[in-house]
Amino acid sequence: MDETITVPKVRKRHALATRLWHWVNLVAIVILFMSGLNISNAHRRLYWGDWGFDRADAWLFVPNFPGWATIPNTYSLAAARDWHVVFSLVFAFGLAAFMIASLVNGHFCRDLRTRLADYRPAHVWADIREHLRLNFDHAGAKFNFLQKVAYAKVIFILLPLMIVTGMAISPGMNAALPWLADLLGGRQSARSIHFLCAWALAIFMVGHVLLVLLSGPLKQMRDMITGGRDDEAA
Amino acid sequence: MKRRNLLAMLGAAFVAGCSKIGETAWFGALVDGAEGWHRGLHRGLGFGRITMAPEFDRSEVSPFFRGNGNVEVDSDEYRAHLAAGFADWRFTVGGLVDRPLSLSLAQLKALPQRTQVTRHDCVEGWSAIAEWTGPQLSSVLAQAGVRPEARYVVFRCADSFRQGPYYESCDMDDALHPQTVLAHALNGAALPELNGAPLRLRIERQLGYKQAKYLTGIELVASFADIGLGKGGYWEDHVGYQWYAGI
Repeated sequence: MDETITVPKVRKRHALATRLWHWVNLVAIVILFMSGLNISNAHRRLYWGDWGFDRADAWLFVPNFPGWATIPNTYSLAAARDWHVVFSLVFAFGLAAFMIASLVNGHFCRDLRTRLADYRPAHVWADIREHLRLNFDHAGAKFNFLQKVAYAKVIFILLPLMIVTGMAISPGMNAALPWLADLLGGRQSARSIHFLCAWALAIFMVGHVLLVLLSGPLKQMRDMITGGRDDEAA
Repeated sequence: MKRRNLLAMLGAAFVAGCSKIGETAWFGALVDGAEGWHRGLHRGLGFGRITMAPEFDRSEVSPFFRGNGNVEVDSDEYRAHLAAGFADWRFTVGGLVDRPLSLSLAQLKALPQRTQVTRHDCVEGWSAIAEWTGPQLSSVLAQAGVRPEARYVVFRCADSFRQGPYYESCDMDDALHPQTVLAHALNGAALPELNGAPLRLRIERQLGYKQAKYLTGIELVASFADIGLGKGGYWEDHVGYQWYAGI
């Protein structure tokens, strides 16, 4: 099917769905993360299993996050939950829409699919070496191997996990889909995984921004806004 | 260093901007809308069945049930009731009902009882599992005869915070839910003062602040706009918690 499409001039480097979602999702994730830090300040302990409230039950004592890192900028569980409640919908429905669009427009199959041969140690090592040399040429494909793996992990594992763990924590959703919390090991486990995935996403974002800065930030930003041209050497 | 300062400034401006937006009326309306969406999803994903909070085995009960909010009631009247074992405690049912009631604990215990082991989820994030026993709110409401114009149940409590007595409310969907119970027993023993003696609400599909303690009665209303500051609960009025506490 791919071979029949031979009009690369028309195709943009990033599809409209990708660009729209990228920026909407950025806003949603930043707000969810920062309001989440405010919510975390309400009870700074994490537990495994279904229940937990005592110091003795905790597996992690979470530090207090300062006002400059939280939304709103002073401690308010009520206001932080308001932000979380609004942008959780933007985030979840946004991801669902992006996934459907990317299945339809071929973005997932064309750009994110990896083959078994790609996982050969020699190939992975070669890709790491090119990264360390700050050489981001990808010989034809849009993304190199490490990029594909990183994006796929975020899109298909981390982001969906944020959503399902969030759903499992909500008592109303828990009554509708009780198997979700069971699958995640109980409500407090879901809460712990929610917290861990949030930080994993934050780390991804730091790496993502760093690599954009190292690989021609102006062009990268421009392309993610206008779409760019597909035939340009990326 | 310059760039770092710029980033810090942008960050601070963003946070301050968000805090400002959070105080506007249109953001409040947006939150109310989102609250409705969540509630709709919670009910809709039940696909027509009555969604039920998970129930646990008695062996899964937490070793201790934490008390939060008020853990004692600071009034001589309450202390006298506590000393007398709540023999003269009355639970009143008023507002939009055909037959207003004033029920003793003995009368409430004579109704069909429901025992459920459920997980209590505090808005702060912690959870505890306990076994609760008491009559379903629906059987009390049936006895009183709810008028068709009633849309909410307001729960009145004996405890107070700085700005007045605690209260809460729920809609008829939650009021008539099979797991909504007026609990007088915790883990098989009489409810202690720490957890809301002699009666507390269990409304299992919502967070802890809905589980009103030290219940003195309920009132059926068509709207809670004229009660307290009009938001349907003490924390809703004074701190801004969402009225639908199922999220």
